[in-house]
Amino acid sequence: MTSDNDRRRGLLARLRGRPAARSRGRRRLGAAVRLFAALMLAGGAYTVFAPGAQAQDNPPLTGAAAEGKALFDVSCVTCHGRNAQGVEGRGPSLVGVGAASVEFQVSSGRMPMARQEAQAHRKPPLFTDEQTRQLAQYIQELGGGPIVPEGDNLHEDANIAAGGELFRINCSQCHAFGGGGGALSSGKFAPSLRPASDRQIYAAMLSGPQNMPVFGDNQLRPEQKADIIAYIQETLKHDQDPGGFNLGRYGPSTEGLAIFLIGIVALVFASLWIAGKS
Amino acid sequence: MKRRKFDLAATPGKAAVGVDDRFQVATPLRRLLNKVFPDHWSFLLGEIALFSFVVLLLTGVFLTFFFEPAMTEVVYDGSYAPLQGTPMSAAYASSLDLSFDVRGGLVMRQMHHWAALLFMAAIVVHMLRVFFTGAFRKPRETNWIIGSLLFWVGFLAGFTGYSLPDDGLSGTGLRIASAIMLSIPVIGSWLTSSIFGGEFPGTIIISRFFIAHVLLIPGLLVALISVHLGLVFKQKHTQWPGPGRTNGNVVGERMFPRYALKQGGFFMVVFGVIALMGGLFQINPIWLFGPYEAWVVSAASQPDWYVMFLDGSTRLMPAWEINIPIGDGYVIPPLFWPTVVLPGILVGLSTMYPFLEARHLKDRKSHNLLQRPRDVPARTAVGAMAVAFYVVLTLSGANDVIADKFQISLNAMTWAGRIGLLVAPPLAYYVTYRLCLGLQQHDREVLAHGVETGIIRRLPDGRFVEVHQPLSAADGHADGHGELEYAGWVVPKKMNRLGALGPAVRGFFYPIEKPVEAPVSPGHPPVEARPEREEIGSGESRR
Repeated sequence: MTSDNDRRRGLLARLRGRPAARSRGRRRLGAAVRLFAALMLAGGAYTVFAPGAQAQDNPPLTGAAAEGKALFDVSCVTCHGRNAQGVEGRGPSLVGVGAASVEFQVSSGRMPMARQEAQAHRKPPLFTDEQTRQLAQYIQELGGGPIVPEGDNLHEDANIAAGGELFRINCSQCHAFGGGGGALSSGKFAPSLRPASDRQIYAAMLSGPQNMPVFGDNQLRPEQKADIIAYIQETLKHDQDPGGFNLGRYGPSTEGLAIFLIGIVALVFASLWIAGKS
Repeated sequence: MKRRKFDLAATPGKAAVGVDDRFQVATPLRRLLNKVFPDHWSFLLGEIALFSFVVLLLTGVFLTFFFEPAMTEVVYDGSYAPLQGTPMSAAYASSLDLSFDVRGGLVMRQMHHWAALLFMAAIVVHMLRVFFTGAFRKPRETNWIIGSLLFWVGFLAGFTGYSLPDDGLSGTGLRIASAIMLSIPVIGSWLTSSIFGGEFPGTIIISRFFIAHVLLIPGLLVALISVHLGLVFKQKHTQWPGPGRTNGNVVGERMFPRYALKQGGFFMVVFGVIALMGGLFQINPIWLFGPYEAWVVSAASQPDWYVMFLDGSTRLMPAWEINIPIGDGYVIPPLFWPTVVLPGILVGLSTMYPFLEARHLKDRKSHNLLQRPRDVPARTAVGAMAVAFYVVLTLSGANDVIADKFQISLNAMTWAGRIGLLVAPPLAYYVTYRLCLGLQQHDREVLAHGVETGIIRRLPDGRFVEVHQPLSAADGHADGHGELEYAGWVVPKKMNRLGALGPAVRGFFYPIEKPVEAPVSPGHPPVEARPEREEIGSGESRR
């Protein structure tokens, strides 16, 4: 009899021994506990695996980023909004633009902008290098994005000739053959490359500031970027202009001005002098 | 045996007699050396063009020794490091070698380019002088036409030379030239493919442009310049009206020695200015432009200044495309109007101007005396209109550089050019016309009442009047001075210009002679009669 009953019950039940008749109240309590445990499990798994927006509500900022956020909330929040989410009609969202963009805009003094206009102008930077790094760290931790490699000299052992070719193909359309910059439509412009540092040029290629297209690492490999920087820094900036004063490297327009202002003026005075001797 | 004494002083004379015995040149040479040229600074502007052409020939010959007019691809291994290992055409590589590896090559290249710019600039300035003084009138219309053609042939010489180095800038210019040729209806594609030997850029264009630039066009220029100078010689130079100068004579200096020496000196000055510019100012840095590749177009790609007006007209032209539904459809691109039709009109108008003006004024006479611009307000105003038109177009040709460097919107520059092209010429006409009339009026006032002395006299009734110094003695007029007739020449407007038509004070910077003593009595400066000039004749009568 017992063995029959045993056979009909499962192995676990047999190991546990004879089932005790549980009260209705206890059974209800057990179900509640099991439901709670299942909910906790599902919720916990969701919290662990799902990268939802809620998860970043209060991201654990590193020290530098926290410093950066403090600066941001004083100097940038007017246009770029709380948590750098942008303000309609004033400034774009900075989530995902990356440290490279912040480094370019802030270290070249373009940000904070003096006023809303076609394009921000270069001016003396408002923040120190340390503060710029903190701001960049904050934006980086907000949404990721491109980062400029470490170091101040980014064109060591680069190929200047290859850089020159890449410069003429990719950059000279706007920045002109001499790197002096050029006009774009409606008051926009490509700025002069003369004051730009290695890191700023690299950051500009990575982030495509203002009207510049982005030259990602799949378009110009990092070593090609280094070549271009080498051409700008070593050739365009340090070219000794073997032909003499370069007239601003504006091409034939200033040459035409020079022939009238210098050549014709000098020779008209010479002819006045010669004809006056009679 | 007695040694014969060698008389050094008699040698030139003996040699000259020997030459004359054999060639009988004394009589024609005497006529030539005694030929008289009138003297005024504005007559020397054409010489600047002539002398810079000589410099162009000299430096150009030097450049041909080293330039290789071929489009075969080579890999550069010269001394300019940033281009080492770059594939390029032989023409560009040899231009780089000329700049960096040939001794004196860079300064020669730069002198050649500056001389080319100066040549064209001097042609334009000379042309303005001839236009505004009426020197183009009968009998000199032919020389005006030749002069206008010289501008356009010089334009071609400049453009072919600009294209030869095969750098990024010159290739961009060539591409635009091919587009202009392609835009010509019906014949465009045949014209382009026959010049380029197929599709742009082909492999032959540099060699063809080379032979055009060093042989055909200079040959044409030399021929036109020779005829131009020959006609000046034959028809004699115009002169300003003045004492002793009439429509039937020429007053000036003999060709030899003074005029020839002055011209020789002026050549040295022109050469010196070009050499200084070639040595001090960098022009066309081809090493920065890189070799021409179809995909390389730099910002601020401009032609040289004398072509820039065409670039400007292209930039200002709205994109009006004309579709003609014949057959498969035919398109006249907007480029056709500003780059083919406009220069065509300009060539026609500029060469035909002397005939247009003579027809309008029904003027059939020969004119050897010049006119002051103020005395012909209509012509002066038309000239100012043409200059305004040209300047607006030229500035528009550089509008991207102006927009960038002066921080103006490029779109605003384009619209300013479009509006300016329509508004500036009529405005220039009106303003110039009024200025001319005002200047005439002032001349008449001075001739009638004399020069303002700056002395204010108070009359017994309390009025103040300014004392005028009459230019002529009183001749019984009621108010005490006579009216002089306008002679077509400068009227003195200031007290210290009285007597300015006499000989100038000698000396450069510092007068060699002591200036005349200042008049003691203010109100009555001693105006002496101008010393008599004696007329120097050329020994030949004038028709």
